[in-house]
Amino acid sequence: MRRFVLIAIPYVWLLALFLVPFAIVLKISLSDAAIARPPYFPQFDWAEGIAAFIAELDFENFVWLTEDDLYWKAYLSSLKIAVISTFFTLLAGYPIAYGMARAPEEWRPTLMMLVILPFWTSFLIRVYAWMGILSNEGFLNQFLMWIGVISEPLIILNTNSAVYIGIVYTYLPFMILPVYSALERLDGSLIEAAEDLGCSRLTAFWLVTIPLSRTGIIAGSFLVFIPVLGEFVIPSLLGGSDTLMIGKVLWEEFFSNRDWPVASAVAVVLLLLLVIPIVLFQRNQQKQQEAEQ
Amino acid sequence: MNRMSWFNAVSLTLGFAFLYIPMVILVIFSFNESKLVTVWAGFSTKWYGELLQNEAFLNAAWVTIKVAVFSSTMATVLGTIAAYVLVRGGRFMGRTLFSGMIYAPLVMPEVITGLSLLLLFIGIGLDRGVFTIVLAHTTFAMCYVSVVVSSRLVTFDRSLEEAALDLGCSPAEAFRLVTLPIIAPAVISGWLLAFTLSLDDLVIASFTSGPSATTLPIKIFSAVRLGVSPEINALSTIMISIVTVGVITASLVTKHQVARQKREEQAAERA
Repeated sequence: MRRFVLIAIPYVWLLALFLVPFAIVLKISLSDAAIARPPYFPQFDWAEGIAAFIAELDFENFVWLTEDDLYWKAYLSSLKIAVISTFFTLLAGYPIAYGMARAPEEWRPTLMMLVILPFWTSFLIRVYAWMGILSNEGFLNQFLMWIGVISEPLIILNTNSAVYIGIVYTYLPFMILPVYSALERLDGSLIEAAEDLGCSRLTAFWLVTIPLSRTGIIAGSFLVFIPVLGEFVIPSLLGGSDTLMIGKVLWEEFFSNRDWPVASAVAVVLLLLLVIPIVLFQRNQQKQQEAEQ
Repeated sequence: MNRMSWFNAVSLTLGFAFLYIPMVILVIFSFNESKLVTVWAGFSTKWYGELLQNEAFLNAAWVTIKVAVFSSTMATVLGTIAAYVLVRGGRFMGRTLFSGMIYAPLVMPEVITGLSLLLLFIGIGLDRGVFTIVLAHTTFAMCYVSVVVSSRLVTFDRSLEEAALDLGCSPAEAFRLVTLPIIAPAVISGWLLAFTLSLDDLVIASFTSGPSATTLPIKIFSAVRLGVSPEINALSTIMISIVTVGVITASLVTKHQVARQKREEQAAERA
């Protein structure tokens, strides 16, 4: 009996505040927009019965998503931004993780803490910090003009480049930590063996280190890719009006256009897009756990 | 492999410079006399003074702290129970669904979580305000807590609990006297994680708050949309300092505790 209560408390909480809300999103995505409160139709009515209610639902909003250029362009552009920025995060994060794993052992806890610290600092503040750096009269342009690389300020803020910089900066710890934990476990004697057998250091790195840190690379890439796909804060603060990301479209559809059914349909499609990377990520994690046991 | 090649030294230096320079600039320019945030005009603390006069910010900060304390405490209780049930509960009906619901919110885009909770609150006619933000934050934070706590539960020696039961403890006593003290560091770090997640959250709070409750991130977001301002720099500096002090203290305390636990375990083995 006690066991039942223990299981029921968190179970019921998650059912009520995670699964049920989801069912509601799905239901509203199949409804029609209406000028009413709440602004959609049909409302559920016990008197008319479930059959009548279901008969009113349709896929109109999803058809609308395929017909209007804005949406599929936003999905494609989110995918593109997520793929490219994941790649750059890996490019920036791998050498840092590698350096940490090769650092003297007594430094490692401190280095680790230095990676985690920004992660505890407000996400919003870290994005905001770049607004002052990337603007036309910002620090980056001041610095580049001072050393004489450029004579006119570069326009970076409110472009896609600023979005990439912001994503790499804020998601870097998510890449560094899993790659570092894979590299730290790596047996150094394997690399020495490869070098003894005639590999150059670069070949040994390419043929031994990279494949052995693969699970870390995959885990880190998914940890960046999945949240970036639905990112809202970075494109709305650093991006321009031409930066299309689906998180921003959903936000505007809901708060500016007040079209709840379309916003819900956008959410459902975004979730379907995420199912594949999430499943792949879970399988990678399981493999890693099995390898550790 | 304890030698540091020049390549590693350079990549570490550049990497940490990239991570820290933006925040250092932010902190330095919070002490700037001028309203122009990119031109240095002399040292001043006047923006801190103005911040403390700004009632809208102070109110928002108070709301944020209230929400964070309530939601992280509830999330810690619920998340610890969930972790215990997942690791020690054995088989029960719907266990797969349960563990799915624990892990799914971790990867769910915030816009979707926010939207779905808002639609629920409207559907059941709940007025949006502090209470609804607390419910929303508790829900996603409990999943993080349960992941942190279950990773500790998995690694600890189950025979300690069994010994307590054999020696006549009731299951509740065994949990309170044996399990809880051992998993306490994980429970505390779960609470801290939940607390900072709640402090930090903009998207879910924007969806689930009403006109009566504005949190600090919502306030900051609407202010920075208009551009960079020295007041926000001052506010950011305060928040960065609190986090830095908190994280360093927490890590020193854990280090101390881990060392003590190790000593005790070694002593127990010798005895």
